[in-house]
Amino acid sequence: MTKKKAMLIDITMCIGCNSCQEACKTTNNLAAGEEKALSATTYTALNEYDGVFVRRMCQHCIDPTCASVCPVGAFTKTPEGPVLYDEDKCIGCRYCMQACPFQVPRYEWSSTYPRIQKCVFCHERITKGLQPACAEACQVGATKFGDRDELLKEAAERIKAEPSKYVNRIYGQQEVGGTSILYITSVPFEKLGFKTELQTAALPPLTWNALSKVPSIVTVGGSLLYGIWWITNRRTEVQHHELRQREMEKGSNGNGNH
Amino acid sequence: MKRFLSQLTFWKTLAGVILLAGAYSTIVRFFGGLGAATNLSDEFPWGLWIGFDVLCGVGLAAGGFTLAGIVYIFNVKRFEPIIRPTILTAFLGYVLVMFALMFDLGRPLQFWHAIIMWNPQSVMFEVAWCVMLYTSVLALEFSPVVLEKFHMEKTKKFVKKITMPLIIVGVLLSTLHQSSLGSLYLIVPDKLYALWYTPYLPVFFYVSAIGVGCAMIIFESFLSSRAFNRGLELDLLTEIARVAVMVLGVLMVMKVVDLADRHALPLLFKPRTETYFYWLEMIVGIIVPFVLLAQRRVRENQTGLFWCAAMMIMGFVLNRLNISITGMEGWAGKAYFPSWMEIMVTISIVTAGFIVFALAAKYLPLFEHEKPHVRVKPEAEWIEDLRSVSQLN
Repeated sequence: MTKKKAMLIDITMCIGCNSCQEACKTTNNLAAGEEKALSATTYTALNEYDGVFVRRMCQHCIDPTCASVCPVGAFTKTPEGPVLYDEDKCIGCRYCMQACPFQVPRYEWSSTYPRIQKCVFCHERITKGLQPACAEACQVGATKFGDRDELLKEAAERIKAEPSKYVNRIYGQQEVGGTSILYITSVPFEKLGFKTELQTAALPPLTWNALSKVPSIVTVGGSLLYGIWWITNRRTEVQHHELRQREMEKGSNGNGNH
Repeated sequence: MKRFLSQLTFWKTLAGVILLAGAYSTIVRFFGGLGAATNLSDEFPWGLWIGFDVLCGVGLAAGGFTLAGIVYIFNVKRFEPIIRPTILTAFLGYVLVMFALMFDLGRPLQFWHAIIMWNPQSVMFEVAWCVMLYTSVLALEFSPVVLEKFHMEKTKKFVKKITMPLIIVGVLLSTLHQSSLGSLYLIVPDKLYALWYTPYLPVFFYVSAIGVGCAMIIFESFLSSRAFNRGLELDLLTEIARVAVMVLGVLMVMKVVDLADRHALPLLFKPRTETYFYWLEMIVGIIVPFVLLAQRRVRENQTGLFWCAAMMIMGFVLNRLNISITGMEGWAGKAYFPSWMEIMVTISIVTAGFIVFALAAKYLPLFEHEKPHVRVKPEAEWIEDLRSVSQLN
């Protein structure tokens, strides 16, 4: 079985050199130029909070919301970890953007044949045994690529080794069922623009709970409707019949008199 | 030319101006992309076209399945006189929803992908299927009117034969997708403001659709009675209003219980934009019409009925816009207000609906319903009998 890959981003180590973004843009053939936020041409961007740099990118959820909501199944979760988008299937409903708990997918708003754009976790490279371009480009080791289990262990060890420095939380370990991108920090996550109130269970079951009732609604509802119709219809039939009988009696009486 | 000008009424001019602006916006949308025509953004990907055109459009067409259920399944045949225009409005509603969706979809020419590329996990997938199937069902339900016009008796007879299964399938499909439009938002527990986010979203969407279905039947009957100079079936509408009161009552109780259950009642008194919009929606759409329609005096009064129906519809639209826009703005961290082009496209689509309905009313036997056959026929025969008897004398 393929081991689940992940990246550990240690916010305390990042120096804000932006080489991750540059490497990403080159590898994925995106329009060059430094950008401060995710966009249709930017898969990863650095946000600065008082000298602290936070890398934003797709979290590559273990149970991805985008993949569950897409009506045409344009998203797939690969066994290695990356969540990939197939533009040939996409109809452009943008439910993925609406549903993503991390507000990651971007859209080509000015295109007449637009695509969703987001980080691909360098899927091609990692299946070849290489690191994602950003992890390779990181000179200070702030982004580290590896197996998810091991990176989780390492993150816990780093926190344990310097409990006064680190916040005791690995962001991405549990959020919406866990993600492939993990963060540790010395500044509280809520001050760095992270959504810290996200539930720990994955989101797709929320809609599946409703959807899984469809077959029972159809069968129970169908029989119920048919039953009601049968009863009400039968009632009118009986009434109709009685009415006709009365008519016939009246009719025969009338004829009898003449 | 003179004749043309003399026929140009205020309303026709207005419709012309709207459609022109809509046509311009359409060109901008399809040649410049969504970004050129709309105020949508990465933070706010769903706007007016989803919030109004789809969520409200489908909801406001709920009169179709509500009345079909009342007439055919509960066998309340008195309502037959208004079933044809109601089914037509529902059908037009769905056609327009799909038309509007072509504007909103980024790749509209690939919409058929939903037919062959399945993802049963997706609510959107279910909605797409239900809407496509139900539109076909509505077309069949309405087809006798067209077949009658062109004297295709054989085909008409066949459609009549399959009426019951059609109606049952129609009610089921409506139940599924009316509620599923609410399920669409189950996936955003953190994004949608807590006054609106509840696991019962699908139930609320379904029940409120039935309520607004009743309101739409009343509202449409009034409009068409004025527009086409026909009588108003006030006694029938009074009874529909009784159903509406029940639905409103149920909805109100469910909403309060749900808020209490989720410990969200204090949110009702938090001074925030969301709170005001929530109250507005509740007061206009549920509380006031409930109190008014609960009184027989109002139900039996033309003006009262009309305004209560209008309020229910406004409240419903507010509810859907609150869920799709007001309730999502806080989390998105970005305000959204539709661009004038988004608004013009929406108004144009509604206008197109009115025009098609007016044309249908003019050229199709929409209001010349068949005579109820249950009682009238024997009576007529009886009169015949009497006549023959008197002639004998």
